[in-house]
Amino acid sequence: MPAPTTSTTQAPNSFRAGPDDHGFFGLYGGRFVAETLMPLIHELESAYEAAKNDAGFQAELRDLLEHYGGRPSPLYFAERLTEHLKGAKIYFKRDELNHTGSHKINNCLGQIQLARRMGKTRIIAETGAGQHGVAVATVCARFGLPCEIYMGATDVARQAPNVARMHMLGAKVNSVTAGAGTLKDSMNEALRDWVTNVRDTYYIIGTAAGPHPYPAMVRDFQCVIGNEVRAQMQEREGRLPDTLVAAIGGGSNAIGLFHPFLDDKSVKIYGVEAAGHGLEVENGHAASMNGGRPGVLHGNRTYLLQNEDGQILEGHSISAGLDYPGVGPEHSWLKDTGRVTYVPITDKEALAAFQLCAKLEGIIPALEPSHALAYVLKLAPTLPKDNLLVMNMCGRGDKDVFAVAGYLGMKI
Amino acid sequence: MRSQLRPETRIDRCFEALKREGRPAFVTFVTAGDPDYETSKAILLGLPEAGADVIEIGMPFSDPMADGPAVQASSLRALKAGQTMKRTLQLVREFRAKDNLTPIVLMGYYNPIYVYPSEAFLDEARDAGIDGMIIVDVPPEADEELCLPAIQRGLSFIRLATPTTDDKRLPAVLANTSGFVYYVSITGITGAAAPVVSDVRAQVARIKRSTPLPVVVGFGVRTPEQARVIADCADGVVVGSALVETIRTTLGTDGRAGPDTVSAVHRIVHNLAAGLRGAAARV
Ligand SMILES: Cc1ncc(COP(=O)(O)O)c(C=O)c1O
Repeated sequence: MPAPTTSTTQAPNSFRAGPDDHGFFGLYGGRFVAETLMPLIHELESAYEAAKNDAGFQAELRDLLEHYGGRPSPLYFAERLTEHLKGAKIYFKRDELNHTGSHKINNCLGQIQLARRMGKTRIIAETGAGQHGVAVATVCARFGLPCEIYMGATDVARQAPNVARMHMLGAKVNSVTAGAGTLKDSMNEALRDWVTNVRDTYYIIGTAAGPHPYPAMVRDFQCVIGNEVRAQMQEREGRLPDTLVAAIGGGSNAIGLFHPFLDDKSVKIYGVEAAGHGLEVENGHAASMNGGRPGVLHGNRTYLLQNEDGQILEGHSISAGLDYPGVGPEHSWLKDTGRVTYVPITDKEALAAFQLCAKLEGIIPALEPSHALAYVLKLAPTLPKDNLLVMNMCGRGDKDVFAVAGYLGMKI
Repeated sequence: MRSQLRPETRIDRCFEALKREGRPAFVTFVTAGDPDYETSKAILLGLPEAGADVIEIGMPFSDPMADGPAVQASSLRALKAGQTMKRTLQLVREFRAKDNLTPIVLMGYYNPIYVYPSEAFLDEARDAGIDGMIIVDVPPEADEELCLPAIQRGLSFIRLATPTTDDKRLPAVLANTSGFVYYVSITGITGAAAPVVSDVRAQVARIKRSTPLPVVVGFGVRTPEQARVIADCADGVVVGSALVETIRTTLGTDGRAGPDTVSAVHRIVHNLAAGLRGAAARV
């Protein structure tokens, strides 16, 4: 059988059954890593399967999420925004209130427990916005494990507050100067570290991408978001939401919100990609599904920004957390099957939404969910008043205050 | 079935001849188009005379995750000078016009092949005179995608075995491997720390118990002395980072090839080859 390049787009019986035994969601996913890592990938897969089915592991994780992470996060009715837009009834899932300020902690608490269970003694991670790096440094401090974070040099500069936080938490931060010094380059460098220190080191990938089992495992740890929304909405409104909106970097906060609703046909789902300077600007955006094509990078097959020769582009987004030329494989599959609609939002639109949210709702959002919000600004007015819309407010904007002030020409 | 899929190739003939001579293979790695197409061609054409038995040609990739700083920089130099997959195939065609004996193995990452797309790339690679390929990020779990179609075209798919490839996994790694087995002497990236010789000896012996194929050792070998010691326990040695590092040191301040770029590479290859023949002399 030759390497497949297209996937069937026919709707499956369930959108929640993937991945298959080899880690594929249709055409996407898989395990495309160097041989040195393959035995580890298999070991990780069995360790995760065992943990998933271990009631003790799950109980410990629930306890940590509640008492350390601060879950459940509120489902908040954004009343003034709803009045302003005169359309759908808008709720924010307040994952920015979690310990460390984003959804990243959900995944890190799960993976650190797994790393300990596997007897690993050293932790590494990549980070873009620094939110994942901070969450990793946090759980490593909490469990007394040494950690090294790889962060692109560009991101070190634009997310300085998070670099300081990681240092305070005792992590070593390695600034990566290769390429454009963004998330892709930090992931390359983390993979090089892992290959070198494979026996004692656990790699906490921060998004629902990478070789199998990471995309499924990270998704499972993030599904706490969607599961809570389901219960909270039932309690508030007595029914399911109608519309879900979330920002897509690698896609972990989005898949965490979406996955529990994938088989509820009445729920319309939108993933928001970073369109940077605009989709028409070559190498000027980070919208891999709207502006890329399938390829293989960082252990999985997925939509990638690349040139004709298969060289990966750096891409661009104002948001460090969305500035990645790939996307988790499950999203690529959800795009091709048509279950989820992926839309682009530019830097400018995200900045405008950031400011509106601060002034109308008294919430300073991170630049990542500002992209989701910018799409809500377009979508909500087109929907009826009884349409229940949930947007994932997956991170707070503290880390972006200096960068946004710079863009707006404010003096601090 | 299996033997049908494995016609004798330049690689097989090369290792048979070396066996008769009683010396290990010297496998050299350079990146296609580094530092530019013409210089790269001149380097390649002179490698056999300088002492290379097998030539590995790196296909530059923007994100060489298994490579250390030296090969990363080499890959980026080539891309910056305009190297593409098409030009890499062209380079091999030009080499083959002058040398129809020396085995050529392409080494690189899957994505540029996948989007070529794979079948067209394999056809063109075979027609260009390529003998085998090492694709770092396509494990045996994905054999159907690239390895089996390559074998069907008479191309060897050369697999990396590593210190983490345990006995349980080794048969899967060897199953569709032909030409030779490449033992990665360390857990790490290219150009990293030198391997521990006693470990390498034990691992190569373990692999050879499971396959009749030659086993060559690479990653971390830089000097004639290291090459000699490693060659003592294997059928060949690969040197790469030391060669592309030599290219780097000869470049002008503008990053272009200097007057001795080509000769400097041939000189270090000559010295390494002489070191290896020292190994042969002692057995
Ligand atoms: C607040 C926030 N949201 C979203 C993202 C993007 O990641 P993902 O798409 O995996 O949720 C990041 C990544 O750094 C982030 O910090």
